[in-house]
Amino acid sequence: MERELDFERPIADMEKAVQKLKNLTGDQKSDLSDQLDELQKKLIERKKEIYDNLTPWQTVQVARHPQRPVVHDYIDLVFSDFIELHGDRCFGDDRALIGGFALIGSEKVMLIGHAKGHSVEDNVNRNFGMARPEGYRKALRLMHLAEKYNLPVVTFIDTMGAYPGLDAEERGQAEAIARNLTEMARLEVPIIAVVTGEGGSGGALGIGVGDAILMLSHSIYSVISPEGCASILWRDASYNAHAAEALKLTSKSLLELGVIDEIIAEPPGGAHADPQRTADEVKTVILKYIKKISSRSPSKLVSKRFEKFAAMGKFTS
Amino acid sequence: MPWFIKAKTERDSRTKLADEMWIKCQQCNAHVFKQDFINNLSVCPKCNWHGKITAYERIGMTLDVGTFKEINENIRPDDPLSFVDGKGPYREKVEQARQKTGLNESVVTGLGKINGTFIVVAVMDFRFLGGSLGSGTGEKILLGANYSYDHKLPYIVFSASGGARMHEGILSLMQMAKTCAGIARLNERKIPYISVLTDPTTGGVSASFAMVGDVNIAEPGALIGFAGRRVIEQTIKQKLPDSFQTAEFVLEHGFLDMIVNRGDLKKTLSYVLSFYNR
Repeated sequence: MERELDFERPIADMEKAVQKLKNLTGDQKSDLSDQLDELQKKLIERKKEIYDNLTPWQTVQVARHPQRPVVHDYIDLVFSDFIELHGDRCFGDDRALIGGFALIGSEKVMLIGHAKGHSVEDNVNRNFGMARPEGYRKALRLMHLAEKYNLPVVTFIDTMGAYPGLDAEERGQAEAIARNLTEMARLEVPIIAVVTGEGGSGGALGIGVGDAILMLSHSIYSVISPEGCASILWRDASYNAHAAEALKLTSKSLLELGVIDEIIAEPPGGAHADPQRTADEVKTVILKYIKKISSRSPSKLVSKRFEKFAAMGKFTS
Repeated sequence: MPWFIKAKTERDSRTKLADEMWIKCQQCNAHVFKQDFINNLSVCPKCNWHGKITAYERIGMTLDVGTFKEINENIRPDDPLSFVDGKGPYREKVEQARQKTGLNESVVTGLGKINGTFIVVAVMDFRFLGGSLGSGTGEKILLGANYSYDHKLPYIVFSASGGARMHEGILSLMQMAKTCAGIARLNERKIPYISVLTDPTTGGVSASFAMVGDVNIAEPGALIGFAGRRVIEQTIKQKLPDSFQTAEFVLEHGFLDMIVNRGDLKKTLSYVLSFYNR
């Protein structure tokens, strides 16, 4: 089922009109085809206009769009020959956070990513991409494997956050994330992190300590969800839009704050409007950074990563 | 003055005097003579409830007298997002916190000795914006780690924090990675790092430097966990037991090495450090 967001309605209406015209003209060339071309051109312009001017809260909705490409779409569209590797060797296999060997172009990499689904069934099966400690521990195991095999690590970040459940607490959600942050800081292979949808707090950062941190233009990355922030700081969950604005969680803001390295442009209408084009762009940018970062020696790699994170933050002294 | 107002005023001043002399234990509700409570390191003499203490109180009871030398004390919060919420600007909150506590940030860092052993120490103070992890906090904890690294001195961090500081947005989140990067370098150089988790240690602080000590020590009854109780209850739709996310719960699940009474902490830290063969 296609779902449109409020601000997408003008686009949907125009798309319907285009479809209607197409049905009318059929295969034959007619005088309507000029009109059709004109309308299609306008449609693209309108999409671009709407998507270039999204508010932060609208961006949050795009980042969570049910049709937005998820890691399995990128596995099909960006990578080839993915072999999934399962389990953390301690407790179990978390379907919310997956990983394995993959090829991007001719580059062999270790791919790790949060796994949201498109359908309710798929999402329930994958806990809506909210990983438990065993997910983070599996991710760390695969990163160490990548280090052993000298493979770059590519992570795809798309999660509301680490799963806030009783079992997750019992098995040490905090420790699992903390361990990843500590180990990733010294991993002797390149790490490229791409925020594709929602970058939800510690659950995102748990696979996000990269030499390069990239964001799709309409993805978000935040210390807390706008809803959570609104209920704590405004004591009113209806202040979501205010909180989204205040948190500065868009790709543009993060680039300005010096947290990310580059924004990956989405096509007009957002990633869900054209997953193939989005994937092509993602692929190009990842390959660019692999090439750039792979030339660093292991010691240089690690010291540069340390410097990168040491420089993050703004304070007075 | 009418008699009823006069009586009320007298009563008020008497209550005030009582408040100054007595405190009510938050665990057993016992009324304890305040001076006894303070002399007992802010631990209830009746039920062993460990009250929150300030960073300087902690330093005073942990380090050898006269050995503490503070470093980076001028680091204080900026306002990178120009953050304003329902209750006003972040800048004002910072000013209030600074005036209330006399601190510049939610952590105090420095050098000192424990039973003669040189160490670097970072002590969080919950009174300063809930001990939240701001950019200044992260910077000070990292600089402490860097000092340890450069001088090959053990690093001890006392946590007391509700987690990330929302008012600094993504930059607060990045302090988790930043502080852990500092700790990671200590591991590489085989420098001891001991984490002491005090009440409370939750959210972004538990999910970063606080949980990755060579030895993780907690005070009795401390609240330690990742997600908030209310969030978890809403997610799993069931009530959680009182013991959930206590130090005892976390010890039982394997994420702490020990729980140590405040009065025994110095001795324990000193003993653990004595096993470091440099």
